[in-house]
Amino acid sequence: MDFVTDNRWKFIVTGLGNTMKVALLALFFGMIIGAIVAVIRVSHDQMKRDGRKSLGSIILDILDFICRIYLTVIRGTPALTQLLIFFFIILTFVDSKIVVAIVAFSINSGAYNAEIFRSGIMAVDGGQMEAGRSLGLSYTQTMLSIIMPQAIKNCLPSLINEMITLFKETSICGFIGLNDLNRGGDIIRGTTFDALLPLLTVAAIYLVIVMFFTFIMGIVERKLRESDIR
Amino acid sequence: MIYVNDLHKSFGSHEVLKGITEHIVPGEKIVIIGPSGCGKSTFLRCMNLLETPTSGKITFDGMEITDPKANVDKIRQHLGMVFQHFNLFPHKTILENITLAPVKLKIMKKEEAREEALRLLDLVGLRDKADAYPGQLSGGQKQRIAIVRSLAMKPKMMLFDEPTSALDPEMVGEVLSVMKNLANDGMTMAVVTHEMGFAREIADRVFFMYEGVIAEQGTPEQIFGNPQNPRLKDFLSKVL
Repeated sequence: MDFVTDNRWKFIVTGLGNTMKVALLALFFGMIIGAIVAVIRVSHDQMKRDGRKSLGSIILDILDFICRIYLTVIRGTPALTQLLIFFFIILTFVDSKIVVAIVAFSINSGAYNAEIFRSGIMAVDGGQMEAGRSLGLSYTQTMLSIIMPQAIKNCLPSLINEMITLFKETSICGFIGLNDLNRGGDIIRGTTFDALLPLLTVAAIYLVIVMFFTFIMGIVERKLRESDIR
Repeated sequence: MIYVNDLHKSFGSHEVLKGITEHIVPGEKIVIIGPSGCGKSTFLRCMNLLETPTSGKITFDGMEITDPKANVDKIRQHLGMVFQHFNLFPHKTILENITLAPVKLKIMKKEEAREEALRLLDLVGLRDKADAYPGQLSGGQKQRIAIVRSLAMKPKMMLFDEPTSALDPEMVGEVLSVMKNLANDGMTMAVVTHEMGFAREIADRVFFMYEGVIAEQGTPEQIFGNPQNPRLKDFLSKVL
């Protein structure tokens, strides 16, 4: 009865839609941010080992410094606080709450992805870069077609973990008044004074989506392992 | 083909190469021998800038590669390199390993690169492995593929960095025979190796390196038959 009266189920449906929008777009942009930051940090470390000072290495020094501040700040503060800062201080000129949420979560997730990617890149044997370069491929070409595919395979388990965390973490969107899945359930709880059914439903939906996600990624992971057959 | 002029290389305060001046002519086969830590691998790696020389000048095929403005990627296309640990790309099939660089660098079309790869695989007797992954191959097979991968770029010169050192003894022969064929076809080669039999057979000149310099050089007959430097005599007494 809780859901049917006054079409209250619609809170759940629009909430789920918003949650998916925020999660998927933040996942996408977070990956891009993470990949860029990881590549800057890895190239900086490699450049430093070469020991040659040039304009490129100075620019890289600066970029690396910025990345390190970014990682420290984002990983050192709660996601909820970051979301509120984006909403009330930085992005006050943006009307859409969903855009604020996407920006905040992309930037948050990017920091975690960056460190995951970086460890994945560093786990690739150094000889791979040398082999690529010795064939005449540029640093970028070697990175994209040789190092990155292996790095992603290395860090896929941690990456899936981060995706799941991000998906569930979007449930704090209610704090800036965005009607996400969690808030949808909460609104129904508030109007019906019945906590059990709405909250359990919301929990079940989160759970099913995470399980589906894990299942799909399991298939992807197996696909990537094809080259490991001996 | 390649001129090396007063090449120095230091890692931190440790000077590995202490001034090497040498000229390798087209078609020449150079074998570099010496005790471990003498700088022979570093010397080889400097020739295609996998190590950046601390000072000195290297000119390859008329281009000064140590010039900071030199197009290093372009130069490396003509300078094949084979590594001790093969360094095949584990996530790509054998065919993809070979065709990746020529196709990415737009030297060949995909079909063309495939044909060329299969032709080269035939030469080393591994055509049936075209669709396998490196993980499925033995060490000797991997190294033969690594040689083919370099050859697919049609290099003007080949560098070999201890190509048989990571192999089981029974696989050394198959790799050396591929290298011998290559030598007989007139490829310019610089080989760092501990295979003295190979050096004797194919080298035009043998470089003996000791503590960062070429301590003695000459034809295999001179080096193995009539060594002068006491260090070389000592070295040969240990390895022969």
